[in-house]
Amino acid sequence: MDFVNALSWENVHFLLQGLWVTIYVSLISIALSFIIGLVLGTVRYSKIPYLSAITGFIIDIIRNLPLLLIIFFTYFGLPGLGIRVNSVVASIVALVVFESAMIAEIVRSGINAVPEGQMEGARSNGMNFMQAMFYVIMPQALLKMIPALLSQFVSLVKDTSLATIIILPDLLYHAQIVYSQNTNYMIPMYLIIALMYFIVCFCLSLVASYLQKKFG
Amino acid sequence: MWNLFIDNWDTFLIGFGNTVLCSVIALIFSLIIGSGFAILETVPSKLWRTVARIYIELFRNIPLLVIAMIFYLVIPQFLFKVNGFTAGTIGLTLYTSAFIAETIRSGIGAVGDGQMEGARSNGITYWQAMRYVILPQAFRIVIPPLGNQFVNLIKNSSVLAFVAGFDLMYQGDVIASSTFQTIPTYIIVGIFYLILTLPLSYYMQSLEQK
Repeated sequence: MDFVNALSWENVHFLLQGLWVTIYVSLISIALSFIIGLVLGTVRYSKIPYLSAITGFIIDIIRNLPLLLIIFFTYFGLPGLGIRVNSVVASIVALVVFESAMIAEIVRSGINAVPEGQMEGARSNGMNFMQAMFYVIMPQALLKMIPALLSQFVSLVKDTSLATIIILPDLLYHAQIVYSQNTNYMIPMYLIIALMYFIVCFCLSLVASYLQKKFG
Repeated sequence: MWNLFIDNWDTFLIGFGNTVLCSVIALIFSLIIGSGFAILETVPSKLWRTVARIYIELFRNIPLLVIAMIFYLVIPQFLFKVNGFTAGTIGLTLYTSAFIAETIRSGIGAVGDGQMEGARSNGITYWQAMRYVILPQAFRIVIPPLGNQFVNLIKNSSVLAFVAGFDLMYQGDVIASSTFQTIPTYIIVGIFYLILTLPLSYYMQSLEQK
């Protein structure tokens, strides 16, 4: 164990590069999976014949599989379909597929938490389904889902570490590179990246609990 | 795909067995530890509340993979030797216990202060009130979210693959790299996971709707 040398400026700088990959992969995945999850959750709720049932079935399959398996599918499966991707794109695709299914479920239960009278009232005031959804139901549902959504986003940030297995150059992978050169650095590396992950996720968690107090 | 399963069914089943074993052990211990910290979070003493808060926030905000790796690589250097299965299961237990503590704590919060005040003013002690009045009600409230945590636990047990825990995912990896039939292998692995998680999560959905 050698904390002083392990945490030289060079190594810390290298870890911060990894942290940056973790953060931008997370941010892109959060943005995309939020939008897709919103659409899928609405489709599932809207009870369109066949489409809602099929969407619901696919969502249930995906969210009951381990993310690690979906990462493998994306990484080994996409080239089979003739799509060549690097590990960053593969990680983002896998995270978006998995997290949008999780978010779709949150969205659905959020919409279900809005009393049915709201939809009936909006419809009887002459709005069509989409207008009622957009102007009446969604604003209320989003408020109710904020805590669940944010803790899902925290999970997403933590889950990016799983993409290390397909050589995403994220924080964990960079730490592994550093300690593979000198095994004395292993313990300091794990402690420092645990701290870095903690700081990022804890800040997000703080926002979540603040919003929970405000709207919950 | 069927042939692939017939040829390697024993390897798949060993993995499936280890995944089930790890999930059950982790579930039992994380329920015990999680309930303990949830109760600690509600005791009058500020010191114990802070201890519980630190434990929960620490394990909730560090990736499970990093926790498992610390138990697999770091602990053996100081304390005791662990194999991959044990290290992974310990990591999974501690990680899940933080989420379970958080779930049960919100259940205790949902019971309402009046119940505790009523119980106390009937002359029973804090711990008796907790045991006979608050916790039975809290557990009923938290059963659906606890079930979802259990589904997450089963899925998260795939982290054992990183620490050579011989779970379903690890065995799938072994088969995929020896047969080169990557996608069919992972489809079979996926079906095994769904056998565990899908019935549970549908059951929890039906409980939630009641």
